[in-house]
Amino acid sequence: MMSASRHPQHWIAFKTIVTREIRRFLRIWAQTLLPPAITMTLYFIIFGNLIGTRIGDMEGFTYMQYIAPGVIMMAIINNAYANVASSFFSAKFQSHIEELIVAPVPNYLILAGYVAGGTTRGLLIGVIVSMVALFFTDLTIQHYWITFTIVLLSAVLFALGGFINAVYARSFDEISIIPTFILTPLTYLGGVFYSINLLPEFWQNVSLLNPVLYMVNAFRYGLLGISDVSVYWAFAIIVLFIATLTWYALHLLHKGTGLRN
Amino acid sequence: MTALTIEHLNKTYGNGLQALNDINLNVEQGDFFALLGPNGAGKSTTIGVITSLVTKTAGRVQVFDADLDDNTELAKSYIGLVPQEFNFNGFEQVKHILLTQAGYYGLSAKEAEPRADALLKQLGLWDKRATPSRALSGGMKRRLMIARALVHNPKLLILDEPTAGVDIELRRSMWTFLRDINRQGTTIILTTHYLEEAENLCRNIAIIDKGRIVENTDMKSLLNRLDKETFVLDLQQPLTDSNLLQDIAHHQVDSTTIEIELNRSDSLNGLFSVLSERGIHVASMKNKVNRLEELFLKLVEPSEKQ
Repeated sequence: MMSASRHPQHWIAFKTIVTREIRRFLRIWAQTLLPPAITMTLYFIIFGNLIGTRIGDMEGFTYMQYIAPGVIMMAIINNAYANVASSFFSAKFQSHIEELIVAPVPNYLILAGYVAGGTTRGLLIGVIVSMVALFFTDLTIQHYWITFTIVLLSAVLFALGGFINAVYARSFDEISIIPTFILTPLTYLGGVFYSINLLPEFWQNVSLLNPVLYMVNAFRYGLLGISDVSVYWAFAIIVLFIATLTWYALHLLHKGTGLRN
Repeated sequence: MTALTIEHLNKTYGNGLQALNDINLNVEQGDFFALLGPNGAGKSTTIGVITSLVTKTAGRVQVFDADLDDNTELAKSYIGLVPQEFNFNGFEQVKHILLTQAGYYGLSAKEAEPRADALLKQLGLWDKRATPSRALSGGMKRRLMIARALVHNPKLLILDEPTAGVDIELRRSMWTFLRDINRQGTTIILTTHYLEEAENLCRNIAIIDKGRIVENTDMKSLLNRLDKETFVLDLQQPLTDSNLLQDIAHHQVDSTTIEIELNRSDSLNGLFSVLSERGIHVASMKNKVNRLEELFLKLVEPSEKQ
């Protein structure tokens, strides 16, 4: 029989979705956990070690130290995005998303479960890449609270982006279009490898329109204590984006876009 | 109590196709109910609306007094669905699929584990519990879908063509299983192409055609409406003189096979006596077509010709 309140059932349903998501990316660890570790190791070797030693200091830090926060953040947001995009699209493709649609699971829990799964992968990748970074440079955390919250919020934001991408996607090609043509350019132009102070004023202003710049710089502030932008602005922009994407994802679920006839 | 109430249900797809046209239906608690219709008649759309997979255009659906629009979660919690197509994660292990489904319905691991184990044993999947579902045979996949639909102990089980493509032995064992759970109190709605299946299992029936319910009654009354039946008789010796059956409506298929049409008022004993008197001895007999099939074609054909 149903109890008057559905909260305990909701909590179990949420845990079930998250557990299933974690089990999925751990089962295919060679596709999900290993590649970012290898790619980021190459970034550290090539940009940090080989080229970085010739570049010299950046904003008072070695180039390796300077790029480490950006490289870690890049891995986190890419993986949070990819996890939800591929998992939710696969569920649509194999039709097992119907298991969730038929079940008494409210839309906000479906969204929360998938986003939590993607965020968990993002955070786990963050830990792995940070450990790789420690082989190349020293990393100390200057502002714990800022470091942790900015990582968490950035992973949540990109997991939401991955969810919306998967809702609209009709083929596997369509879940790689956004990462390839939007996410990657935004990340590379988001101050991962350079300070925007090096750019002409016009391009500095253009860069300020890139949300990834705020995430990378706020995280760099958390680790190194330096940033090209205001950390308060960074939090405000990320929270605003999260609120907007959450509303939009729930709207899509309510309409049944890509899910219901 | 009514397990399912559908009132004035309409569904028009984006391309303008009207799949459901003012469907009204009641299924009583404990019933074993058949929803029949030709391909594209609207059976799966109806089930899709009841299970929230299809958004209705208009109308009302109530499951055990819980309105699907106003009390969605409660209504959904009463339903177990066995869809027509396999729709589980092929990479997940069989038992994980059941436990995950139970979790979606709010069952704790402590409640779900014994329930999943019992269903896996009942449906002959226990040895496959750690196998990825994509490695199962077609019949096992069907049974897995039934186990998954039952893991949260639904009050209303909906099966959309559950025995499509399964061999006769498995079909019969699934019938026994479904009869058992119906006897234990689960209301069952079944769509099937095997009319014999509906005749064997179901007490009440609705026939849907071109999005409209063209018949909704109990199986017995429906079959009683059949005024004529055709029997196929295999004779012990070849029939050499067809004049012997001049006064009986018949069709000779070959020398030892004849088809005889009987009115419901005529008795089989009478027929056998007449045949026996004329030296015609019957070795075996069967219905030419399933009785429900005859009625089904009668009900559906007129609208097909429109």
